[in-house]
Amino acid sequence: MVTLTAPETLGAVTAPDDDAAAPTVVDLADAPVRGLNQDLHHAVDGQSWTVANPGGKHSLAVGINADVTVTIDGHAGYYAAGMHQKGTVKVNGNAGVGLAENIMSGTVHVTGDASQSAAATGHGGLVVIDGNAGARCGISMKGVDIVVGGNIGHMSAFMAQAGRLVVCGDAGDALGDSIYEARIYVKGTVASLGADCIEKPLRDEHLAELAELLAAAGRTDNPADFSRYGSARNLYHFHVDNSTAY
Amino acid sequence: MCGIAALQLRNPSLHPRMGSLLSSMLCQIVDRGPDSAGLAVYNTPGLVSPGISTLSLLGRDQGITTAALTAGVAALLPSDAVPAVQVVGDTTLVSAAVGTDLLVKAVTETLPAATVIGRGEHVAVMKSVGHPMEIAAEHGLEAMAGSQGLSHTRMATESAVTAGGSHPFSVADDLCLVHNGSFSNHATVRRELKREGVVFDSENDTEVGARYVASRLKQGDTLEEALVNLGKVLDGFYTLVVTTADSMAVVRDPIACKPAIIAETDDYVAMASEYRALAALPGISTARIFEPEPGKVYTWSL
Repeated sequence: MVTLTAPETLGAVTAPDDDAAAPTVVDLADAPVRGLNQDLHHAVDGQSWTVANPGGKHSLAVGINADVTVTIDGHAGYYAAGMHQKGTVKVNGNAGVGLAENIMSGTVHVTGDASQSAAATGHGGLVVIDGNAGARCGISMKGVDIVVGGNIGHMSAFMAQAGRLVVCGDAGDALGDSIYEARIYVKGTVASLGADCIEKPLRDEHLAELAELLAAAGRTDNPADFSRYGSARNLYHFHVDNSTAY
Repeated sequence: MCGIAALQLRNPSLHPRMGSLLSSMLCQIVDRGPDSAGLAVYNTPGLVSPGISTLSLLGRDQGITTAALTAGVAALLPSDAVPAVQVVGDTTLVSAAVGTDLLVKAVTETLPAATVIGRGEHVAVMKSVGHPMEIAAEHGLEAMAGSQGLSHTRMATESAVTAGGSHPFSVADDLCLVHNGSFSNHATVRRELKREGVVFDSENDTEVGARYVASRLKQGDTLEEALVNLGKVLDGFYTLVVTTADSMAVVRDPIACKPAIIAETDDYVAMASEYRALAALPGISTARIFEPEPGKVYTWSL
């Protein structure tokens, strides 16, 4: 998996011993989100947090930049785990709009559904959604890997540039509209393909990477049951026949 | 951006808690629209009663005393109509044992400048400008019982920040509509409805949606059919919630930019712009929670 990470700046800091790493519990019924996020920004590799009573609050666990583990026990609001790097965020529930927006590396896992624009503009890392994802999943994805256990909504992978999107259910209308690159694998039906997105052959190398992605997401689906979609590469350049349109 | 929170209580034992539950939901959508707000409550004792028509008028001060208003309306109605007037927060409620059309006629003859913001046997509509929680407190929402409640916090885009431009829009008996989004062709549809004789109270785009739904219902559409037809005629971005005396509907436009989330249990159906407005509802941990599909009309009846 290709991931982009920021230069290592925490090399001098030693991680706590494994057996001392009991998770820090933050109860958002009493504590503010800002405090949680500030603590996460000062975290060192190996630390872990459990967030109780998230109550659908916005911007939970955003801007993580260390190999930490954060477990959110409940539903998250908008922009959970945004701008994520290196660590692991697990949401035991649903996530709102803009889950893992602009993720760079690391893993974000949602056990329920995610609303629209999940993993939007993601550059790297892995986003796993066990349930359904709403519209615009992986919009403008730039290298992130996304595995969705259920269905995805319309306009997903719009203007996708790099990365892989795996859908174990069905895809909504206009899948991969104006796609540059990125590989899309769908097990179920596709309501319609967007402009310049076409079905492509599923060769051995695709079966191999799909198996790897499904395994990384903890899934047992058979890669051979999927179809592959990608760019027809007809929109890369201006077509001279369209010159009269202006 | 606007905020919506709506609640239909299927279990009558929850009716006494309608106001407090809706208030807890409203509290979480204030950020989405802090400039003005509105409420619609159904079957709330003390505000409406079965067999009696109630009109909700915008504003507490109608320019005459409540006694003069009562007397003025009484003089225009049959002697057994027994009109009553009460002021709740920034809203004046006028009730009488006559049909709503007749009551509207009597009230507008007595008060030509009054704006009727709600009408019917079951609903009271309250709206104002200011912080939504202050508006709710001023009207005493927390203590209200009822079968359904609808609230809206507005961040105005298409027309001015006025109490009249606040939602819900209630333009036919017991019908209310709230909107997050904007209609782009509302002026065209407004002209068409005006040609059919429909009269408008404001320049607001959402009022056009409400008048359109009312017009379709009058022509015999079911609530679901009316909203399907609205999707064909009105262009723009919307999440709408429509309530009637005994039902609630939710629809999002096919592009689905505007949020909506629904929680359903045996006891209630709740809809809000964001999950955090649902988080404090009883039994939410075991509720069926889902986002309505784009372009699909959902309806629930009591």
